[in-house]
Amino acid sequence: MASAVGVIFSNIHDENIPELSRHRTMASIPFGGRYRLIDFALSNMVNSGITTVGIVTKHNYQSLIDHLGSGKDWDLARKDGGIILLPPFSDETDSPYSNRLEALKGITGFLNRRKEDYVVLSDCDGVARVDIADIIRYHEEKNADITLVYHEEEEINSNYFLALTPDESGRIKDVQINPAIGDRTNVYVNIMVLNREFLINIIKGAIAHGLSSFGRDVLSKNVDSLKLYGYRFNGYYAGVKSLQKYYQHSMELLDKTVRDALFGARDIYTKVRDSAPSKYINGAEVKNSLISDGCTIEGTVENCILFRGVKVGKGSVIRNSVIMQDTVIGSGVQLDSVITDKNVVIRDRRHLAGCDAMPFFIPKGSML
Amino acid sequence: MQRKKECVAMLLAGGQGSRLYALTNNIAKPAVAFGAKYRIIDFPLSNCINSGIDTVGVLTQYQPLELNEYIGNGQPWDLDRAFGGVHILSPYQGKKKSSWYEGTANAIYQNMQFMKKYNPDYVLILSGDHIYKMDYAEMLKAHKATGADCTIAAIEVPMKEASRFGILNTNPDGSIYQFEEKPKQPKSNLASMGIYIFTASKLFKYLEEDEANPDSSKDFGKDVLPAMLNAGEKMFSYRFSGYWKDVGTISSLWESNMDLLGEDPAFDVGDADWKIHSRNPLAPPEYIGENAKVSNSMIALGCEIEGTVENSILASNVVVEEGATVKDSVIMAGSIIRKGATVSYSILDEDVVVEDYATVGDSKDNKSAGIAVLGRQITIGSGLTVEGGKILDKDYRGE
Repeated sequence: MASAVGVIFSNIHDENIPELSRHRTMASIPFGGRYRLIDFALSNMVNSGITTVGIVTKHNYQSLIDHLGSGKDWDLARKDGGIILLPPFSDETDSPYSNRLEALKGITGFLNRRKEDYVVLSDCDGVARVDIADIIRYHEEKNADITLVYHEEEEINSNYFLALTPDESGRIKDVQINPAIGDRTNVYVNIMVLNREFLINIIKGAIAHGLSSFGRDVLSKNVDSLKLYGYRFNGYYAGVKSLQKYYQHSMELLDKTVRDALFGARDIYTKVRDSAPSKYINGAEVKNSLISDGCTIEGTVENCILFRGVKVGKGSVIRNSVIMQDTVIGSGVQLDSVITDKNVVIRDRRHLAGCDAMPFFIPKGSML
Repeated sequence: MQRKKECVAMLLAGGQGSRLYALTNNIAKPAVAFGAKYRIIDFPLSNCINSGIDTVGVLTQYQPLELNEYIGNGQPWDLDRAFGGVHILSPYQGKKKSSWYEGTANAIYQNMQFMKKYNPDYVLILSGDHIYKMDYAEMLKAHKATGADCTIAAIEVPMKEASRFGILNTNPDGSIYQFEEKPKQPKSNLASMGIYIFTASKLFKYLEEDEANPDSSKDFGKDVLPAMLNAGEKMFSYRFSGYWKDVGTISSLWESNMDLLGEDPAFDVGDADWKIHSRNPLAPPEYIGENAKVSNSMIALGCEIEGTVENSILASNVVVEEGATVKDSVIMAGSIIRKGATVSYSILDEDVVVEDYATVGDSKDNKSAGIAVLGRQITIGSGLTVEGGKILDKDYRGE
């Protein structure tokens, strides 16, 4: 039997990328040609033997529901458990939750009904292949109250983050909120493991005391009284903290070591669309690019990520760009450092360019 | 009230496919890979669901393991249903006797109980050997309009090939007055596509009679259809004019794969109005490398291409290393073409490894050359040559 239940927060961090989360949750932001950010968190859980995952939603979650369907693509269409959507629930006020503690309060019913010993909480702002079963083993071995997963970062572009200071045993001695950045900082990557009943008690206590911040009021203030442990994740981790970071991490997928780290084991699941394989027409020139299925390419594509169903017309030259699902690019178009959201149409002979630090973003459904 | 289905499809998937040689050593012909991500059986199954037929019996006999696993509960084709859906029908042991399927008609006869469970008005008989897109609902409409007892889908074939087919000789209204199985001197070039719609009660009656006839070879084309015609039953042809290809030989399988290529392909698998459903590989998008050259090709998810790929079909997770060339070929899932190797005018089955600087196949332009075929999971040692037209199903590592 699975020893843990998963909980994924789909909306927390929406404000990281307002451009891409305008019509959708952070969880359903497309990434890597055929995935959504939630696919990584979900696949990590499924690959660790978790068979029940609650998905906490707040708003704009139509695209997420459409993506998840019955959960069968993650092998999570189950009689007991599977994917369980947890929309906002409020018995006292009419407004949905405004912080993680309130969000957790809204799902105590779900947590109470489960039988698993542990809960894995994960956000959708990171792209990584994490062995959650190993984190749970570590959590058990340390007899921890809470195990926080961290990744060593050198540069941080985030307006809110937690820096952890573990001692040699892994016990966390300090949790700092947005500290000045040193050379190396152990940044919490928004994945934690707790005992389920312990979490329920924390939620009760926090609500009773009117607490509002999990990071500040539960973690930072209680490093001495709680057994907080840090699990160091050494693999590839991409924090999606801004549009610029999104672009940078997308481009990192063109590096074989990054691809191998994420996809080498071929165990990241996503929604299946039954697209035909991509077609490369005579005259197509494709270099250093990731191409998803259902594409038809007649032009030049260099250093790009093409999502499903993209068309690139004759004589067009697309460089350093992320082109999302069903974008249609006419002929004689030139694009450099552009991100197109889904269903964009770019007419013949348009020239558009952004730059490394500031990719040019074209919103969903635009016609240029 | 008894629940029913208006039309139940029975798909004959027992074919051994012996003319596909190494490609069907371990799998039934309908399970053979096609078009970078499909298997042959995806086409009739997709046609069924796209035509609104949601109850399909798949009759298997030869090497059914992989086919059974592939079909599973039918979910990829939306054929996982509480009432109906796709069912694998293997030969079984009865109370009185147990028997393998003896012929196409006997195979359907043995599954009479399955069909009757759905109390159908019509039964659609299909085979798992062809690549085509067809709206069976239109054919059923024609069957009802003519009031036929049996409607046979038919296509015009070149006259010189007509003697390979079951030929329908028809009146101007489309009714059939004669049925000739592989005639030496064909009178027409209207060939049966092996797709039949029967009014269910007639089918059941003639299957019973055929089964009772000790002289029958228990085949639709040879026995059941002629018997119906002789008895004066109403039989009509249903003309089909789209793409339809038997992929039962190495060269027709190769040709049909090539028909997917180009700007305006002979056969379009990307048609959004008639989706071909299949089980999907679990793989990231394909990566086309810095020095890769890819032209006029179809490439599936998970491939890593650093070399040259020209006029070819590459299924999921194929690797073409730097300096390697794949030309005029069909490469099935998971095969690896190592540095400097050349593969031309060949079909490679799944998980084949062609080591460094090995050469497989001859140029397509060399008229005497045939298609080279490498069976599943075999390795061709580095620097070795497999000549055009060779069929290998064991490793070749030199002396």
